[in-house]
Amino acid sequence: MILAKTGNEALAWAMRQINPDVVAAYPITPSTEIVQLFSTYVNDGLVDSEFVAVESEHSAMAACIGAAACGCRVMTATASQGLALMHEMLFIAGGLRLPIVMCVASRSLSAPLNIHGDHSDSLASRDSGWLQFFCETVEEGYDTLLQAVKIAERAYLPALVAIDGFILSHCLERIETFDDQDVREFLGRPKPNYNLLDYRHPILVGPATLQDYYFEFKRSQIEGMNNALPIIEAVQQEFRERFGRGYPVIEEYRCDDASAVVLVMGSACGTVRYAVDQLRQAGKKVGMVKLRVFRPLVHSLLKERLGRFQTVGVLDRADAVNSYGGPLFTEVTSVLYDLPQRPKVLSYVYGLGGKEFAPEDAVKVLEEVLAGKKAELVTYVGVR
Amino acid sequence: MASIKELTQRAELFSKGHRACAGCGEALAVRQILLAAPQPVIAIMPTGCTEIFSSIYPHSAWQVPTIHTAFETAAATASGVETAYRFYKKLGRMKETVYFIAFGGDGGTYDIGLQALSGAVERRHRFLYVCTDNEGYMNTGIQRSSATPLGAHTTTSPAGTKIPGKTVHRKNIMEIMIAHEVLYAGQTTVYFWKDLAEKVAKALAKDGPSFLNVLVPCPLGWGHPGAETVNIAKLAADTCFWPIYEFEDGRYKINYEPKEKKPIEEFLRTQQRFRHLFEHPDGKEVIAELQRYIDEQWTLLHKKQVALCTP
Repeated sequence: MILAKTGNEALAWAMRQINPDVVAAYPITPSTEIVQLFSTYVNDGLVDSEFVAVESEHSAMAACIGAAACGCRVMTATASQGLALMHEMLFIAGGLRLPIVMCVASRSLSAPLNIHGDHSDSLASRDSGWLQFFCETVEEGYDTLLQAVKIAERAYLPALVAIDGFILSHCLERIETFDDQDVREFLGRPKPNYNLLDYRHPILVGPATLQDYYFEFKRSQIEGMNNALPIIEAVQQEFRERFGRGYPVIEEYRCDDASAVVLVMGSACGTVRYAVDQLRQAGKKVGMVKLRVFRPLVHSLLKERLGRFQTVGVLDRADAVNSYGGPLFTEVTSVLYDLPQRPKVLSYVYGLGGKEFAPEDAVKVLEEVLAGKKAELVTYVGVR
Repeated sequence: MASIKELTQRAELFSKGHRACAGCGEALAVRQILLAAPQPVIAIMPTGCTEIFSSIYPHSAWQVPTIHTAFETAAATASGVETAYRFYKKLGRMKETVYFIAFGGDGGTYDIGLQALSGAVERRHRFLYVCTDNEGYMNTGIQRSSATPLGAHTTTSPAGTKIPGKTVHRKNIMEIMIAHEVLYAGQTTVYFWKDLAEKVAKALAKDGPSFLNVLVPCPLGWGHPGAETVNIAKLAADTCFWPIYEFEDGRYKINYEPKEKKPIEEFLRTQQRFRHLFEHPDGKEVIAELQRYIDEQWTLLHKKQVALCTP
């Protein structure tokens, strides 16, 4: 069915079709609508889900963990300060290997307070053991959320699906949605390893571990993340087979004969595509590499796809405030380091707090990357 | 109501071999509560003494399903577990009645977990929240909490040469929970095993949130021999430092009236955390204020009992 939906509406629509067992959430701009819409689905009897309107995001994640430990399919939605408030609980969800799925309408972090889009919130959660997906369009957000449920449940890892705050969350797009029944058949039922409520077989979830076991637990969790990429690829393939569309983990756009490319995540991919087309018309050999999956860090794929270029520009919609640019830049340079011949990597931070990233900005970045050098270590695009 | 003989014949659900200090009041409370509770029970606990001494992998003292997440999350996690149960029940995937008990210390209840507790009670989840109250953060090395009484020495309210221990009274968590309209609120100690068992049964019979505040003397934090835990728990009630009472159906009921209300000094002298009050120049004044506060609260409780006892 073709519908006009904002990013929030599309994710809420996907949640209705997913029909999760339990949703615990707290409203925060710009993800509030997801929770509002889902509440109406609950109260109108369109889903079987139990909705817990908790008193904070911290409790949202704690309640999600409690329900997921009972084998339920569990979802939530948040952004920005809410994700930051959950931070402690994100690690616990990851460590307990609970496949909770969370919608994030990416937003900057205070101070100063700002409600608009950047990737600071999700990227600051990067070490918490969650799968992280960044989406370019509303439709991709819808598709990715459906995939994330299956990926999370197969990998026993929680998953975060990010759409850029306001730019996608509040922008109306034409999307082609799927049939409810098809979605439910695609997802099947979760197959949890255990259920806390199975009192005839009592278990303890979340024990204390000391020096003798903690590392082994963490190592096993790390192995779970190590094994996630093939699961993501398999689910993408199943999705493509059933629904006739899909997205690679890394997409190359006009990269075949390019000598310089930029690496980018989220809605800015659309802007960069447009800028690439413009420069291509002028005969300049530039391209774009779009990264959809930030966690796991797909290091071998990044090596394979980026290694052949002379110069790679990395566009980060967050700064690590470490005097070395954004998280994606640091990770990509690290990934490329041991190649015998490695590209020069240039760092760009753009769009913090919803700052406009216009096609002219993207053109400028691409031209600079093509030239292969710039004066500053980190360029802050469009900052006055 | 089960007799002590019957209780002792029930299967232990909180088994021996855990790592609590000798004479730990908290371990006693958890064991007694699980023995008294209808089954099956799912336990939820925050980070704290109980969690540390009962669940160090690969060992567990819990014979009932148990989940621990973080320090401030017992009530929020319980919300999720109870919601999962309601979901299964709604779809007919579970038929039996299951009970939920969250065990928090005073740190996880009065302080860092208060918001989550407030939210969970407001949402009317069907669970019993038990605060095993030892009046301080004992797990991290005896720091003051908002349950620590006036004058007590802790490592963050030390008995200094200038300031003799904690400078303010404790928080009245019972009134906070009663104001949340819990369906049942009870306060007791580990001395009153029968009272505790009855309160657990009453609380779990409710179709919504209930609350128990159980005083659990802590030999390490309070500075008393482990063998004295239960006696000190009785003395707390005999001095009216810790009134034994309940709130149900809009009424207060005092469940234990000491024959002779003992002066607070008798309670204070049993514990090293109050020793400085008998030596410091301001100690007398602090003790007098403690006594005044206890008398005031005790009188007030009687007034509430009288005022609210007739329909």
